[in-house]
Amino acid sequence: MKKQKTETLNRPDNTAFTQQRLPAWQPMLSAGIVIPGFLIIGLAFIGIGVALFVTSQNIQVLERDYTGVEQNSDNNCFQCLNRTNCVCAVQFNLTQQIEGPVFFYYGLSNYFQNHRKYGVSRDDYQLSGDTSYFTEPDEDCIPYRYDSSDRPIVPCGSKANSLFNDTFRLYRLVGGQKKQVPFDGKGIAWWTDYNLKYRNPTLVDGSLAKAFNGTVKPVNWPKPVYELDTSDPSNNGFLNQDFLVWMRRAALPGFRKLYRRISEGEYADGLPTGNYSLEIDYNYPVHAFGGSKKVFFSNVSWMGGKNQFLGIAYLVVGSLCIFMSLVMLIVYAKYRFADEDS
Amino acid sequence: MLRRGLNRLCGGDEKRVDSRTIYVGHRPCPPTEAFIPPKFCDNRIVSSKYTVWNFLPKNLFEQFRRIANFYFLIIFLVQVIVDTPTSPVTSGLPLFFVITVTAIKQGYEDWLRHKADKEVNKYPAIRLEKGRRAPTQSENIKVGDVVEVVEDETFPCDLILLQSSRDDGTCFVTTASLDGESNHKTHYTVPDMEKDLESLSATIECEQPQPDLYKFVGRMHIYRRDQETLVRSLGPENLLLKGATLKNTKKIYGVALYTGMETKMALNYQGKSQKRSAVEKSINGFLLVYLSILVSKALVCTSLKYWWQSRDGQDEPWYNQKTQKERDTYKFLKMFTDFLSFMVLFNFIIPVSMYVTVEMQKFLGSFFITWDKDFFDPEIEEGALVNTSDLNEELGQVEYVFTDKTGTLTQNNMEFIECCIDGFQYKNRDSCSELDGFCVTDGPISKLQEKAGREKEELFLRALCLCHTVQVKEAGPDELTELDLVDQVDGLDRPLAQPQEERGFIASSPDEVALVKGAMKYGFTFLGLESKTMKIKNRQNDIESYDLLHVLNFDPVRRRMSVIVRSRTGETMLFCKGADSSIFPRVKQEEVDRIRTHVERNATEGYRTLCVAYKRLSPEEFAEAEERLQEARLALQDRDEKLTAVYNQVETNMSLIGATAVEDRLQEEAAETMEALQGAGMKVWVLTGDKMETAKSTCYACRLFQRGTELLELTVRTLEDGGRRREERLYELLQDYHKRAVQDAPPAKPGITRSWATAQQEYGFIIDGATLSLVLNPADANSSRYKSLFLQICQNCCAVLCCRMAPLQKAQIVRMVKNCKGSPITLSIGDGANDVSMILEAHVGIGIKGKEGRQAVRNSDYAIPKLKHLKKLLLAHGHLYYVRIAHLVQYFFYKNLCFILPQFLYQFFCGYSQQPLYDAAYLTMYNICFTSMPILAYSLLEQHLCIEVLMDNAILYRDIAKNANLRWGPFLYWTILGVFQGLMFFFGVRFLFSNPALQDNGQVFGNWSYGTTVFTILVFTVTLKLALDTRHWTWINHFVIWGSLAFYVFFSFFWGGIIWPFLRQQRLYFVFANMLSSVSAWLTIILLILLSLLPDILLMVFRKPKTHVRQLTEDTLIHRPESCSSHTVIV
Repeated sequence: MKKQKTETLNRPDNTAFTQQRLPAWQPMLSAGIVIPGFLIIGLAFIGIGVALFVTSQNIQVLERDYTGVEQNSDNNCFQCLNRTNCVCAVQFNLTQQIEGPVFFYYGLSNYFQNHRKYGVSRDDYQLSGDTSYFTEPDEDCIPYRYDSSDRPIVPCGSKANSLFNDTFRLYRLVGGQKKQVPFDGKGIAWWTDYNLKYRNPTLVDGSLAKAFNGTVKPVNWPKPVYELDTSDPSNNGFLNQDFLVWMRRAALPGFRKLYRRISEGEYADGLPTGNYSLEIDYNYPVHAFGGSKKVFFSNVSWMGGKNQFLGIAYLVVGSLCIFMSLVMLIVYAKYRFADEDS
Repeated sequence: MLRRGLNRLCGGDEKRVDSRTIYVGHRPCPPTEAFIPPKFCDNRIVSSKYTVWNFLPKNLFEQFRRIANFYFLIIFLVQVIVDTPTSPVTSGLPLFFVITVTAIKQGYEDWLRHKADKEVNKYPAIRLEKGRRAPTQSENIKVGDVVEVVEDETFPCDLILLQSSRDDGTCFVTTASLDGESNHKTHYTVPDMEKDLESLSATIECEQPQPDLYKFVGRMHIYRRDQETLVRSLGPENLLLKGATLKNTKKIYGVALYTGMETKMALNYQGKSQKRSAVEKSINGFLLVYLSILVSKALVCTSLKYWWQSRDGQDEPWYNQKTQKERDTYKFLKMFTDFLSFMVLFNFIIPVSMYVTVEMQKFLGSFFITWDKDFFDPEIEEGALVNTSDLNEELGQVEYVFTDKTGTLTQNNMEFIECCIDGFQYKNRDSCSELDGFCVTDGPISKLQEKAGREKEELFLRALCLCHTVQVKEAGPDELTELDLVDQVDGLDRPLAQPQEERGFIASSPDEVALVKGAMKYGFTFLGLESKTMKIKNRQNDIESYDLLHVLNFDPVRRRMSVIVRSRTGETMLFCKGADSSIFPRVKQEEVDRIRTHVERNATEGYRTLCVAYKRLSPEEFAEAEERLQEARLALQDRDEKLTAVYNQVETNMSLIGATAVEDRLQEEAAETMEALQGAGMKVWVLTGDKMETAKSTCYACRLFQRGTELLELTVRTLEDGGRRREERLYELLQDYHKRAVQDAPPAKPGITRSWATAQQEYGFIIDGATLSLVLNPADANSSRYKSLFLQICQNCCAVLCCRMAPLQKAQIVRMVKNCKGSPITLSIGDGANDVSMILEAHVGIGIKGKEGRQAVRNSDYAIPKLKHLKKLLLAHGHLYYVRIAHLVQYFFYKNLCFILPQFLYQFFCGYSQQPLYDAAYLTMYNICFTSMPILAYSLLEQHLCIEVLMDNAILYRDIAKNANLRWGPFLYWTILGVFQGLMFFFGVRFLFSNPALQDNGQVFGNWSYGTTVFTILVFTVTLKLALDTRHWTWINHFVIWGSLAFYVFFSFFWGGIIWPFLRQQRLYFVFANMLSSVSAWLTIILLILLSLLPDILLMVFRKPKTHVRQLTEDTLIHRPESCSSHTVIV
């Protein structure tokens, strides 16, 4: 009895785990699976690729550079290059209607919104409406933390300070008459940014301006944040959609940002053919650092804006898969025969 | 270090002298008028490393002494001090995690040690104070105290046994907690001890504490009033070790000799020197490469940054003005901090978690060895034992196996086969029914039916019965009287208790039992030893008794032992038995000639032969011998040398009576195991102390040498053939063998030394100890070429036999092979104390839990019950461990390369501003959570080939020989794969973001969306790459792989779903969810994952037509050597 007891004590457990004999699935990537697999994947990818390519082809984009470095016939923005408070206009002619809804983007290049110092130069507590940070903004905001007379800047930081401030008005020229195309500025920022992440401070005496008492506007701004859109209280302060769009940092130095949608009234179906004039309040200097400014009129599809890359990539990879499956078939057949011979 | 410090503290004063003097019971003794109580350390055992107060600083200090931890600490400090892109949390958290886990583990272990210490130190003990028993605690015992210990208690310190409750002045102990031996051992009181301990006045002079459990020399002076001082020698048989337990004895009294940290048990706590595995060397090499990649990346980025900034308008655009502080900073300082920032940004390329994972893998992985029920031996009821988990993968890399013969290749389970008395052969056959039990078979010189004289026969049998140290085990139910400590062959030994109808014999060497049993079969039965009287029952069933006067112990150098006995008739006789080489020179030549042929024939048949000789001692001779023996036994210094000299003097001019042949059977499956090892490309060297003929026949029996094997002999005999100087002859022979075995042999394919396909001439090499020392330590300086010639020959031989080796020579051979070109991985396997040196010397030391004690097991890295287990240990476990850890290491470097490469590339697009591509949470969690578990599960469970296939096809072991999976080739492959995937991830997403309007509502994505997309692709690709490599999908793999991916998705939603109050920037708020709402992002993720895995899939498939042989059986394996060498580079 005693002997048996010690034996059971010392004897290793005879379980599948301890004996490394757990039931296991041992997949083998045999040619029988891989060749049809590649074929199916290849076909699927080509299918998706074609869909993407066609979709992307159908997206219409109208793109104009209005930096004004070169003298262009279609715009007179070169005159604004070294001036402030200047208005210039870009003329263009649509020969084909851009299907609606049309999205109007502005684009900057050689502009490093993704620079690290620039990116951290903001105070998210301020932007979520926490007034305790209005008096003492985050250190990262330096050099846009306090103004020269030591008053706190709200919203602080380079990012807010450099808010894109060109404004655009689009006119359709119908019979010599300029007819303004209505812009829709709602819903151009992320829903979560507008509804959850950014908050205005609680109103003081029903006034947003008073909530910002004791603070100053960012150095480069013409007007304080509570006057960004005086016409619409829901688009004012930190919740101003243009501001929100700007505050979402672009990934690359050449980027575009959504400015307005054109989806109202007679333009719900898109921009009809004809001549247009885009009037620009040219305020934003990019020449100094070699940047450029552009505008885009574009419609979008289920895959977003126009981008040929995905479609082509899918077609290439799909064909590659099919090609590979053929090569494999040949190699495999050859080796099989070689094996059988020996 | 700590212990040394303690020693210095405890016994600093006496370090200068070689011995210490102890006053028994602290009583001053006559010669020393002024009694100065010497200072010794107290009896507290401190095995713990830390106290509550010094735990934190000391533990941290020890942890940061590891180079990796220190590196991460530096990175962390840089992050704290310099303005860096990632917060210190990203590297601080993993470091903190690692440090904390290690600290908790070590703290817990130390707490256990504290607890154990306390238990030991507070253990109640009884000491004699002024004749009264005074209860006290163990820690209060001082050197010189007389201590009482009762049955089943452990000794509180090292004691000299003064008095025992048993009549014969013995006591029994078990040392199970010291060396694992559970048998009872006898210890003796100091002879001529007075009964009254109170009036005892004595001093003990003994050596300073030393860790050898089995060695002790001391001297006791007993002062008696009006009488001359008695001097008694003390040996290990008088010493009771702390930690041992008293058994079968009511109580004993002993004087404390060594206390506390000076006890032999405490001194034995010292850890062995660490062996490092070759994989670690590879890791360090790869680390260096990655470190230089890291530094060059940082350098490239820094210089590009300043080049770029020097261009017009780029340095400080109006929208991103610098702070005043930045403008004022000295330019070179700025460059330096920029460089550090880049280092910090890219430092994730060397992950702190790799070390943790590797250690976890090793630690957990080693359990599979202990758990393996195939290693369980029902006889000893034990399985395998892992002493070091650091060397698991080394088991898959063994190139040279050094094996002991006795007890390793053979069972060490002896059986008396035959004997030869005075030139006549006697063979024992069970079928024989002659009255006297003797059965005469054909003698060598056709002396059929002839016998030696009856007198000689009986003398021979008496010699067998008397010349030994065997003890009789009574059959009583619990009164075990095992008396085997008088003599030892190799250290302490597990006694062989063979079930016998009447009596069992216990001896330190199985040969002796076999001989005594052999004698018993022929009518002479050994009845036992009682107070120095040996009793034997002769053929007439009369009891003969002899006084045992002296035992001249066996030792491996003398290779013989003797007893001096006095018969009832007053005749004093010396019986000696030993190896032929040690007996023949000491007996008359004509007697030798009669027996030599027998001995040699027996040896070639694989039997162990012993020669028996005797000598009558005249009273004068005996008196002289006795005097000298006493003198030598009392010597405190060089006692062993002096004893040996006396022994050698006494054992001369003997006459040879006969020889015995004892069979030592091969271990189970010894031949199969050896064949498998050779098939696996390992070279097997047999290192033995045995005779050449015996060893050679064992080699044939184990199929190490085969019929076609041409043997190259280099022994004393071949050297003496030419009749010239030995050195010349040696050189000539070496040249000749070199020509045959190395130059003329067709060039072997690398890694394949013994091809199965070609019928190449195979060579075996035989060398003996004397010749070896000639080769290794040549007399003339210009012959250092011997060694290289010898090595080259050996490398081209399929098996090498080294016989007549001393234990140290075994280690010397191992060291020589270990250090030769290509530094091959060596493995030593042995079971006895004489193998310890080679076990410690080899890369991997394996102990067999055999019959020759536990010393080999205690000094080994792995211990297995039987030789046959070596096959599975190496071919299955070793192979799997190696493949697993190699994959683990490569994978770790790969996954961090493709993790950091996009971040590096992003610097080119963000003005070299150290903008991280990924969020801090992702940077931190990548190695800790998202990708750590699958690889850990893989590295524990993967079986790229199932165990049966590995066991059946030893040749597969060659696939991974020479660190095949961790050489620069595979490393380059993984690196290229990592670079390729990193480029794919980054530029794929880069092209997608050329138009950042990716949602169908026209909204645009920002930089965090970019990073998250890349990161998602990364996590999925890296995990799926591992899934592709997994050949053995258990439910754990499924759970962990899919679980990790699910966890990543869950975590991303969670992390982006809440505005975290403690975060200054809510960068990732809803970024992940928004990304998933974009079809383009989905399609890109799928596309890039597939594209990144494509090369791997293709490679796998294109390799397949060649490798499908793998699953097949041996008959197709003949084609494999060519095909497998080309593709297994990347497994």
